[in-house]
Amino acid sequence: MNKTINNRAWFLVVPVVALVAFNALIPLMTVVNYSVQETFGDNTFFWSGVTWFEKLLRDPRFHGALGRQLFFTGIILLIEVPLGVAIALTMPKKGPWVSVCLVLMALPLLIPWNVVGAMWNIMALPDIGLLGHTLNALGFDYNYTRQPVSAWVTLIAMDVWHWTSLVVLLSYAGLVSIPEAYYQAAKIDGARPWAVFRYIQLPKMKRVLTIAILLRFMDSFMIYTEPSVLTGGGPGNSTTLLSIDLVKTALGQFDLGPAAATSLVYFLIVLLVSWVFYTLMMRNEAQ
Amino acid sequence: MTLELRNVTRLVGNDIHIFPTELKLADDGFNILLGTTLAGKTTLMQLMAGLHRPTDGEVWFRGTNVTGVPVQKRNVSMVYQQFINYPNFDVYENIASPLRVAGVKDAEVKKRVHAVSDLLRLSAMLHRRPAELSGGQQQRTALARALVKDADLVLLDEPLANLDFKLREELRDELPKLLAGRGCTVVYATTEPSEALLLGGHTAALEKGRVVQFGPTGSVYRDPANLSSAEIFSEPPINRMIVHKEPGNLVAPGGERWPLPATLRDVADGQFILALRPHNVTIERRHEADVAMAGQVVVTEISGSESVIHFEMLGTTWVSQSHGVHRLAVGSIGNFFADLDQALFFSPDGTRVKGGA
Repeated sequence: MNKTINNRAWFLVVPVVALVAFNALIPLMTVVNYSVQETFGDNTFFWSGVTWFEKLLRDPRFHGALGRQLFFTGIILLIEVPLGVAIALTMPKKGPWVSVCLVLMALPLLIPWNVVGAMWNIMALPDIGLLGHTLNALGFDYNYTRQPVSAWVTLIAMDVWHWTSLVVLLSYAGLVSIPEAYYQAAKIDGARPWAVFRYIQLPKMKRVLTIAILLRFMDSFMIYTEPSVLTGGGPGNSTTLLSIDLVKTALGQFDLGPAAATSLVYFLIVLLVSWVFYTLMMRNEAQ
Repeated sequence: MTLELRNVTRLVGNDIHIFPTELKLADDGFNILLGTTLAGKTTLMQLMAGLHRPTDGEVWFRGTNVTGVPVQKRNVSMVYQQFINYPNFDVYENIASPLRVAGVKDAEVKKRVHAVSDLLRLSAMLHRRPAELSGGQQQRTALARALVKDADLVLLDEPLANLDFKLREELRDELPKLLAGRGCTVVYATTEPSEALLLGGHTAALEKGRVVQFGPTGSVYRDPANLSSAEIFSEPPINRMIVHKEPGNLVAPGGERWPLPATLRDVADGQFILALRPHNVTIERRHEADVAMAGQVVVTEISGSESVIHFEMLGTTWVSQSHGVHRLAVGSIGNFFADLDQALFFSPDGTRVKGGA
C-alpha cells in the first residue's frame, strides 16, 4: 500500500496538543517563570536569573529535606519490594482463595490517602490509639508526636501497609504468567526452590518488577498527603520530606521564587532517576 | 523391558483424568500418544515421568517399580510445546544446566555440551540468550537440554506444535535420527494423525483419558479396534452414518439401498455404524462398485493439489477428499462416489465388526 500524504491529518492532533498544553505545559512554564524572577508582593516582578537555584543548592534546609526524602524512599523500596515479592510467592495460584487474597491485597490501595493518614494518626496515638497504647503497654517508649524515631517508624509502617500491595499485585501478575511447564522442567532438572526463584521466577518477573520499583520510587519520592496528615512534618522538622518542605515554602511563606526553583529541581530529580533506572533495566533486557 | 503402566489411574478431586490404563511401551522407535486437546496426553506423560503420582496402579521401568520415585531420581527428560529454557542463561549454560545440577565436572560438561550442540546445529550460537534465538533454535536448545543428560526416558509433549511448518518438517525429519541408538524410550505426544504416521513407531490413541488402542502406528491406522480409535486417527474427520444390513443390501437412513460390501458378508443382519475416511469419498468415480451419493456442498477447501469438500447428505455432513482442484459452489448439488469396500463397520456400541472378507 502506498503512503498517502495528507497534511490535514495534523488537525487530528490538535485536541491532544491543546490538552497537554493546558494541563502540563502552561503550569510548568508558569513555574519556570516564577523561578527566574523576584517579587516584592506588589505584583511587580524583576528578572533574577539563576539566583534562586544557586541559593537553593546551597540551602541546608533543602539539603536536609532532600536527605530525608532519599532516606525515606530508600527504606520504602528496601522493605516493600522484597516483602511484596515474598507475599506474591506465597499466594495461591489457583482455587477459590485467589480472589479472596487479591481483594484483601487490593483493599489498602482503595483507601483515600488522607484517610490512611488520619487512620494511622488516630491508631498511633500513645494514649488512646490501638497501636500507640499497645506499644506503650508492652514497654516501648513510643510517642510519634514527640520522638523523631517513633514518627519515622510510624511513617514507614504506614507506607508499607498502604503500598506493599501494589508490588504484590504486580509481582503476582508476573508470577502467574509463567507457564507451569517451566516449573516442571526445573523439577525434572532437580533444581532447588532457590534456583527456581533465582533462575526462573525472578527473570520472568523482571519487567513487572521494573515497573513496580519505578512506580514505588516516584510515588514515595513525591509523597505528601499521608505524612502531612500523620505528622505534619514534625516533630520539629524530622519528617519534613521534600514535598512538605515545598508546600511550607510556597504556601506558608509565600516565597514563590524559591518554591518554584525547588519544584523544578524536585521534578528534574524524579525525571532523571526514573529515566536512568528504566533505561538501565531495559538495556539489560536487550542484551 | 521398558516403561509399563499397570492399571494406572489418575483422579483430581472427583474428576477422572486418566481411567485405569494398561500400557506397555515399545523399546525402540517412537511411542506416540495421539489424541485431541484434553485427551490426557500430557497427564499420561506426567505420570510416566513421575511428575504426578498415580492415584492407583503402578509404573514400572526396565523391570523395577518406580511408582513412588520422584522425577529427579528417574533420569527423565522432557520437551514441551512452549520453548522452555532458562531466560537469563545463554545457550551453553542452558544445555549444561542438567549436568550442573548433577554435579558433572567442567571438562566433561564442555565435551558433552559441544557434542550435543554440534548434533543440533547450535554451535554457532552457544553464547546467545534464548530471547535472541528464533523459535526453532529455542526448541533445539530445549531438545539439546533433554539429550545432553542421556536420559532413559525422553518425553516430547507436542514439541513441534509452536513452530512454523518449514521448521516443523525439518525437525520432524531430524528427531528420529537424533534419538535413534541412544538406548532411551521415547514418548511423543501429538494432536495430528499425519504426524503420527510420519513418525511411525507405535501409537496409543487417546480419548477422554482412555487409551482406546495401542499398537504399531500403521496397523492402528489401518485396522482400528473401535470407532474412537478410527475417529482419532482421521483428519479430515472420518465420515459416519448409521446403516441397516439386510440380506444382500445395506440400507441408508433415507431408505436407499446400496450393495453389500464384502466386509459385512458373513455378519448377522442389524444396525451398524459405517465409517469411511474422506479420501474414499471422491468427486470422480474410481471403481465400478463405487456408490454414488448426491449432496449439497457446504464448504470447499482447496489446498494446492487437493480438494476437500464438505457436503450434506441424508441429514449428516460428510467430507470428501479428491485429487485435483474442483471448485464446487456452496449450495450446489454435487455427486460423490464412495468406495464402500474401504468402509469400516462398527456395532452401535463402537466396537469393530470384522467380516470374513
